[in-house]
Amino acid sequence: MAKLNMVKALNLALHEEMERDPDVLIIGEDVGVDGGVFRVTEDLHRKFGGRRVIDSPLAEAAIIGTSVGMALYGLKPICEIQFSGFAFQCFHQIENHAARYRTRSQGRFHCQLVIRMPYGGGVRALEHHTESEEQFYAQIPGLKMVIPSGPRTARGLLVSAIRDPDPVIFFEAKGLYHAAREDVPDETEALPIGRAQVVQEGKDLTLIAYGAMLRVAREATQVLHDEDGVEAEVIDLLTISPLDRETLVASVQKTGRAVVVHEAPKSFGAGAEIAASIMEGAFLSLEAPIRRVAAYDVSFVGFAREKATVPDVARVVAACRQTLAF
Amino acid sequence: MPRRVLEPPFAIEHLSILDSDGNLDTSLEPEIPPDGLKRLYRAMLLGRRLDERMVRLQRQGRIGTFAPIKGQEASQMGSVFTLRPTDWMVPSFRETAAMIYRGWPIEKMLLFFAGYLEGGRPAPDQHDLPITIPVATQVPHAVGLAYAAQYRGDDAVVMVFFGDGATSEGDFHEALNFAGVWHVPVVFLCQNNQWAISVPLKKQTHSRTLAQKALAYGFPGIQVDGNDVLAVYAASREAVERARGGGGPTLIECVTYRLGVHTTADDPTKYRSEEEVKAWEQKDPLTRFSQYLQKKNLLEERLEEQIDAEIAAAVQRFEATGAADPLTMFDHVYAELPPDLEAEREELREQLEKSAPRRSDEEVPPPLPMRGQRRTSRWQN
Repeated sequence: MAKLNMVKALNLALHEEMERDPDVLIIGEDVGVDGGVFRVTEDLHRKFGGRRVIDSPLAEAAIIGTSVGMALYGLKPICEIQFSGFAFQCFHQIENHAARYRTRSQGRFHCQLVIRMPYGGGVRALEHHTESEEQFYAQIPGLKMVIPSGPRTARGLLVSAIRDPDPVIFFEAKGLYHAAREDVPDETEALPIGRAQVVQEGKDLTLIAYGAMLRVAREATQVLHDEDGVEAEVIDLLTISPLDRETLVASVQKTGRAVVVHEAPKSFGAGAEIAASIMEGAFLSLEAPIRRVAAYDVSFVGFAREKATVPDVARVVAACRQTLAF
Repeated sequence: MPRRVLEPPFAIEHLSILDSDGNLDTSLEPEIPPDGLKRLYRAMLLGRRLDERMVRLQRQGRIGTFAPIKGQEASQMGSVFTLRPTDWMVPSFRETAAMIYRGWPIEKMLLFFAGYLEGGRPAPDQHDLPITIPVATQVPHAVGLAYAAQYRGDDAVVMVFFGDGATSEGDFHEALNFAGVWHVPVVFLCQNNQWAISVPLKKQTHSRTLAQKALAYGFPGIQVDGNDVLAVYAASREAVERARGGGGPTLIECVTYRLGVHTTADDPTKYRSEEEVKAWEQKDPLTRFSQYLQKKNLLEERLEEQIDAEIAAAVQRFEATGAADPLTMFDHVYAELPPDLEAEREELREQLEKSAPRRSDEEVPPPLPMRGQRRTSRWQN
């Protein structure tokens, strides 16, 4: 076990998979000599050379578009989009092609590629550098949408994403990059995509979160425990799509109450799909309406106001109390 | 400090070998063996005859909307003819003749335009991508394929097809830029047919040629008479050889004309004149190539009949295809069916069992027109 922050854990996964499989390569802006603006690809250029760690021209659509071509040939590109807010310039390549090639060619071709993007707030950054857009990808058939919550899940899920034969959108919470260090196993660990983890067991309420919001949710359960004597169960979603409905439903069948937390705007977000799934699967167990704690439905607020819209412990605690008091 | 010239003034070549009056520049005439010339003509004629047949099939409601190639046979056949089977062809949606030459069975092409997913599946050993509909978005795929070929040490060349309208899209420019920087073995084949649906070339770009756009990206561009199959062949062979020899990408602009509709849902009389079409009909690529072959005594007798019989047999096979099994829609979304899709598939299966026997085909609504198109009353009748 080594104690690593999330940047180092991601970097470890990239080293491991590039050593294991010569078809794996990296492409993106500043990913080579510079090692990425967040240093996630550090040292890979030196180790594997410029043909495998490609400092691409500055053009998101062609980063994904050429990666689709490489994947059709049988390579396994890992693309870095510098910030998720810039991915709309390549959204058509993701939706029109990466996600559809398997269907379009009826299995003759597929796109084994990973698209890594830093997302989310908490780093005092400008517009397009703080947003959360997972819902756009989660809705696309053919894609998988993964968001780790810390160093260990980041490493384990990135390994699985690289090995996954389908295209994976891999969101990395910027606020978590250097937030905490965690024990990461020395042996390569591949965590299953499509599986949520119950990270804390409880009987009174289910709190569902992912990415940077997991820590907020866990801190909220501590407050609820200390001040209200509530035992909350916490689910780390890890994969947004395909959604692990089974784990969600099983938990709410036990607790009867659910609160979902995410950084993306509330309306039409992952929380809505999660709530609907719980309704469909655990309706008769529900003691209260499912609540969503999410960013307000505004496009962006600037970091001077960011704390007012990104869910914090107080908002999560308040929502849980309302749910418990219903 | 005086102003200095950093780049010399550029020039774009225009290549024409066999003009519409049948004049041949023998100094430029490419060496194609007689058998090759015959195959080339056959593929062009097949493209034309199939096109005409497909228009009828569409009018009869037996296939959906498609994009006819009439007038562009030389551009797509002269170019694709220079590829090896191990090279890659990346089509847009108006390359029927070239795709069939590359190995797509005619009935599979018909299935595609009849809305069957099965029509999009290339054979396992075929180095061809399926039809791509969003304009220019396939161009970066070709650059990625070429990068991968180079990365693996294969000597494959990639040829990607697109039209004049595509050169306005960002994906086109990004792809050319990447190809230039990476110096990969790719040939960009632009079929400049003068019209992007209703928008003429002069509204598409202020550049004198489309070929010159390559120069900004640091590699050669050439304009050819796209209705002269010998010129298209010569330019393509040069570009393919350059790419295979490590010389990097080339942009070829084939100046041609779409003699027919944009798609079968389009009515070109709204935006272009009869005279213009008539003038281009005089430059028909098939006429001048058949005259060239006639002089060489290479025109096969009853070729048209043979081709029509081949098409008729393919249409029969196409029509013998059973109804599309709805359940297979789930087969190729992911490598493995996730639980959600498994459940949806089961739901559909139960529903299908309940609703059997199936309703008649007459109740299936007609297919929707392609991008930017409306149905005109003329075609609805």
